[in-house]
Amino acid sequence: MPRPKLAVWKFASCDGCQLTLLDCEDELLAIAEALDIAHFLEATSSINDGPYDISLVEGSITTAHDAERIRTIRDQSHKLITIGACATAGGIQALRNFADVEAFTRAVYAHPEYIETLATSTAIADHVQVDFELRGCPVSKHQLLELITATLAGRRPNVPRESQCMECKRNGTVCVMVARGTPCLGPVTQAGCGNLCPAVGRGCYGCFGPKETPNTSALSARLAELGMQPAQLRDVYRSFNAGAPDFSKESLSHD
Amino acid sequence: MTERIIQVDALARVEGEGALYVRLRGREVEKVEFRIFEPPRFFEAFLRGRDALETPDITSRICGICPIAYIMSACQGIEMALGVDVSPEIDALRRLIYCGEWIQSHTLHAVMLHAPDFLGLDDAIQIAQSHPDLVRTGLRLKKIGNSVMECIGGRAVHPVNTRVGGFYRAPDRAAVRALVPELEWGAKAARDLTLAFAEFDYPDDEFDYTFVSLIHPDVYPILEGRIGSNRGLDIAVPDFNDNFVEEHVARSTALQGRMRDGSAYLVGPLARYANNFDRLSPDCQATAREAGLGPVVRNPFKSILVRLIEVQYACEEAARLARAYEPPDPAFVAASPRAGEGHGCTEAPRGICYHTYRLDAEGRIEHAQIVPPTSQNQPQIEADLARVVADNLDLADKDLKWRCEQTIRNYDPCISCSTHFLKLQVDRV
Repeated sequence: MPRPKLAVWKFASCDGCQLTLLDCEDELLAIAEALDIAHFLEATSSINDGPYDISLVEGSITTAHDAERIRTIRDQSHKLITIGACATAGGIQALRNFADVEAFTRAVYAHPEYIETLATSTAIADHVQVDFELRGCPVSKHQLLELITATLAGRRPNVPRESQCMECKRNGTVCVMVARGTPCLGPVTQAGCGNLCPAVGRGCYGCFGPKETPNTSALSARLAELGMQPAQLRDVYRSFNAGAPDFSKESLSHD
Repeated sequence: MTERIIQVDALARVEGEGALYVRLRGREVEKVEFRIFEPPRFFEAFLRGRDALETPDITSRICGICPIAYIMSACQGIEMALGVDVSPEIDALRRLIYCGEWIQSHTLHAVMLHAPDFLGLDDAIQIAQSHPDLVRTGLRLKKIGNSVMECIGGRAVHPVNTRVGGFYRAPDRAAVRALVPELEWGAKAARDLTLAFAEFDYPDDEFDYTFVSLIHPDVYPILEGRIGSNRGLDIAVPDFNDNFVEEHVARSTALQGRMRDGSAYLVGPLARYANNFDRLSPDCQATAREAGLGPVVRNPFKSILVRLIEVQYACEEAARLARAYEPPDPAFVAASPRAGEGHGCTEAPRGICYHTYRLDAEGRIEHAQIVPPTSQNQPQIEADLARVVADNLDLADKDLKWRCEQTIRNYDPCISCSTHFLKLQVDRV
């Protein structure tokens, strides 16, 4: 049986989620045996045409050209899976969605007329049908391996949509908000990073985006009691997953 | 007169996306463009109005390959603006995690992205078939770098434990000390790789570069020192903008860095090495000599060797720091908001990464400027391409294209960090 053909694609992003695949040092050669890596520009000069069995897509849509390119990739891909906060929510560059992109261009570039960009940075799923979204800024190596294994086995990946609080409980991490009054997005953020921030005494800052049905207004009320000002409440939801509807809506309610 | 066009629309084995266009008329190189058109992401614009303490986490998202460079340059800039001085223990821990980034980033580039050029292969997976031990060694070495970053920072891509003023929590002594044996192995492995790669067939090419890097009288600089060059430049970090300019050209979403007089300059391993060779350890200097390198390397194709010598150095240095590690107490210096201006400059794996910030009285960002290494190297990359093409006109298009791509990869260009995209096209008119 021929090996499934894998393609890895990049849109507006930092490359960190693709790098997470190369960071699977112990598994990389096994992955390369199980899959035919047909298109992965960051790693190889060998470029093979589609169709592809699996396309992993990193990055968000910020130009008219990229909006076209993702449609072509969708047409060539049996399964299209997005990886990381840029691809699933527009990334940090979606902060432009709350501002005037022309003013942004003037602020950064001497010749704004050279720059072609859309007014928004949007998730891949806003443009084409997506088969699975893997969250994270960056994605977790373990979840990425689970995703590849599950996809090869033809089953749904085991990626829970529960909150970061569940990871704290399981790891025995003392709640930073209850014990120390440290603002934390854990109650509304999807688990999966590996319980990184609370374990070093830091509040979760939302890399994995909103959990399923998050109660953001209840959390905001508590964060306000802990002393956060409206501008801080607005900004705390407005970072790497600013474009995720639950976070976007909550941040706008403090604008 | 025949026109010849060589074009690469999407360069492989670089981080981010870019393109190259070369047009030849007869034997004359008419035009060389190294384009970066990665979609603009506007970091400097959306930082305005944000709390300065958020800067390291936000700017780390400029580049997933070298997040520590952005985190550390941002921390330095914000700390200067807020008047925060960190302890020597915090500085040492920062240098240690930065060594981890040098190890993983340099090894990724040298072994997995750049070595295939010299072996005539497409990628590291093909190398794994012909030279399995080489790839296994490379992966183990890269993993050491990631382990250092995970141990101190929580994760390798976009670490979470770093902050303005230091660290959220000082890692346990035992966990840091446990890194030492692998780092010691890594220093030896990097030395062996350097000597093995020294046997590659290198194109005959040399240029008298202006090498710009941090310079320091006592240590091989990563996070410390002044900005200097091999032509007598010696300035404090805050004077960066008096000596360098950023230009915006039509073919690029990255701004291009030049000296004030308009000339190109080079940042990265070759520059650090030339400007600070005496501060490398005796063992690293010995590796360089055995690999046939002098204290200055002007052949850009040999940057792969200098990168590996820096991996050896980073392993030795990280092992030294890990053995001497005492958890900083407190783990961070708290900062109060105030108006101010600050500058930071650290040695990203690809070269100096300069940041400057101005804050208002509430500690919010009023102005941010971020100058990544690849945008500084872009004019020099174009100059190298023009020279390499002119010297290799007799190569067939396919081989010339390969040589051009290799010339670009000499710089380990990190195109996502130029907040930006590259295509290669050679036009023989």
